[in-house]
Amino acid sequence: MADAATAGARTLTLNMGPQHPSTHGVLRLILELDGETVVRATPEIGYLHTGIEKSCEDKTYHQAITLTDRIDYLSPLTNNLCYVLAVEKLLGLEPPPRAVWTRVLLNELTRIASHLVWLGTHAIDIGAMSVFLYCFREREEILKIFELVSGQRMMTSYFRVGGLAVEPPPELLPRVKKFLDYFPDRVAEYEELLTRNPIWISRTKGVGVLRKEDALDFGVTGPSARGSGIDWDLRRDMPYSGYEQFQFEVPVRQEGDVYARYLVRLEEIRQSIRIVRQAMEGMPAGPVMAERKGVILPQREKMKTEMEALIYHFKIVTEGYRVPAGEVYQAVESPRGEMGYYVVSDGTSHPYRVKVRSPSFANLQALPKIAEGRMVADLIACIGSIDIVLGEIDR
Amino acid sequence: MNSAEAAQIPDAAALSEYDPAIVLEASRDRGEVTLVIAPAHIRHAAELLKARRGYLFLSDVTAVDRYPSEPRFEVIYHLLCHERKERLRLKCRLPGEDPQIESVSGVWRAANWYEREVFDMFGIRFTGHPDLRRILMPEDWEGHPLRKDYPVTGYR
Repeated sequence: MADAATAGARTLTLNMGPQHPSTHGVLRLILELDGETVVRATPEIGYLHTGIEKSCEDKTYHQAITLTDRIDYLSPLTNNLCYVLAVEKLLGLEPPPRAVWTRVLLNELTRIASHLVWLGTHAIDIGAMSVFLYCFREREEILKIFELVSGQRMMTSYFRVGGLAVEPPPELLPRVKKFLDYFPDRVAEYEELLTRNPIWISRTKGVGVLRKEDALDFGVTGPSARGSGIDWDLRRDMPYSGYEQFQFEVPVRQEGDVYARYLVRLEEIRQSIRIVRQAMEGMPAGPVMAERKGVILPQREKMKTEMEALIYHFKIVTEGYRVPAGEVYQAVESPRGEMGYYVVSDGTSHPYRVKVRSPSFANLQALPKIAEGRMVADLIACIGSIDIVLGEIDR
Repeated sequence: MNSAEAAQIPDAAALSEYDPAIVLEASRDRGEVTLVIAPAHIRHAAELLKARRGYLFLSDVTAVDRYPSEPRFEVIYHLLCHERKERLRLKCRLPGEDPQIESVSGVWRAANWYEREVFDMFGIRFTGHPDLRRILMPEDWEGHPLRKDYPVTGYR
């Protein structure tokens, strides 16, 4: 490496992205290179900024649900969940158990699907083409399950304030069971392809080390933090949406390198399978929507027989429901870390302010820390290992 | 702030013990604690909370525009203590005219980008910030989109 005095004269500035397949979206990195060594990496973001937070202020609480899907397009249901939990907290509304369990089930499937996209793209970045194809094959099945319940593969918008949009079809649980019957073997297959693969190990072990203190300081969360020895998972430590009723382990590794983050995510897939299985086996019966006058749409049958129900239906559809004034910060463990919604209400039917604390935004901030001083080729592995989604960084 | 409120909220009590001028209000709503901090003391409060109350993790920094009322802006900080599994919200009220507040990026490095985003979206200046540039909007953009007097649609 060049010493500091001559570095300026010998470095080359290279623009990587925003159109670059390994940046997982539209991330732009301005690299200062000394030969093949990264001296400085400066992320430039905002290419996917669509003003979602501003748009939320212009929508009713109900309409804003569809915007939350678009924030993190690899885990739309996690975003739906976080937003509806925040609004439910403002309203003091408790969804019925069946809705809660279905939410958990779908959320863990989302986590698996998201980790599969991460594993596939991360592996293809490093050169393992076939893993990508296998991962997307399994993800497809999960997307079909989402389509079955919500009618949409990706932008599901399936959760509602107070419960679920529609009753899950009876085929849901058999379909999930069928998936779980073969999926654990497939995870073992990915492991066979990668975990002891000498090329994979040499590309990932000891690469992109993020120390525990740095992870904490930069606000890194999720698997990226757990790969650096931070034993913290909101599902276990600050349970929401009934997670306290499920048994699972939180994988933690101390090494802090790309390989550690890979092992953590792979184990998380297994733990998610456990949770999905528990949710499937213990699924309670009953309604999927809470009841509250003026907030929750009345049942169809009642609308045909009761004047009051008809009026409420009209009012909720045309002007939305009013949410008591206040502010809440609701955080959930998304596949990438702490996803938080800060919702401020001024007592009207439109949110006064919605702020999305997206995990990738904070995680990306630590990228220069883990990439600087390493080779350009390692940078690709580093970007892949923090699993960013530009949609939620730029919002 | 009266002492009865502070006694129920240990974080507020800890800050007030050090300097009674730091905390202006303390409240608990829907299980969430909010401390309103005097803007001049934010850096100090952040340091104290990190060092003495274990808030090692800054989840988020954001702002709310209360236009047209004054003080117009609220800068919001969400803190997390892993050890006690507690969250804390700090709030600083700033005037609409030339809003500025001291940066906390020296306390938590995570604040660097969060504060840049608040600057970009609301035009609140963070003094002592190492790199206060726009982050999401293009560098030559005019205006601050999340202000309430900035239109949602249409040509400005």
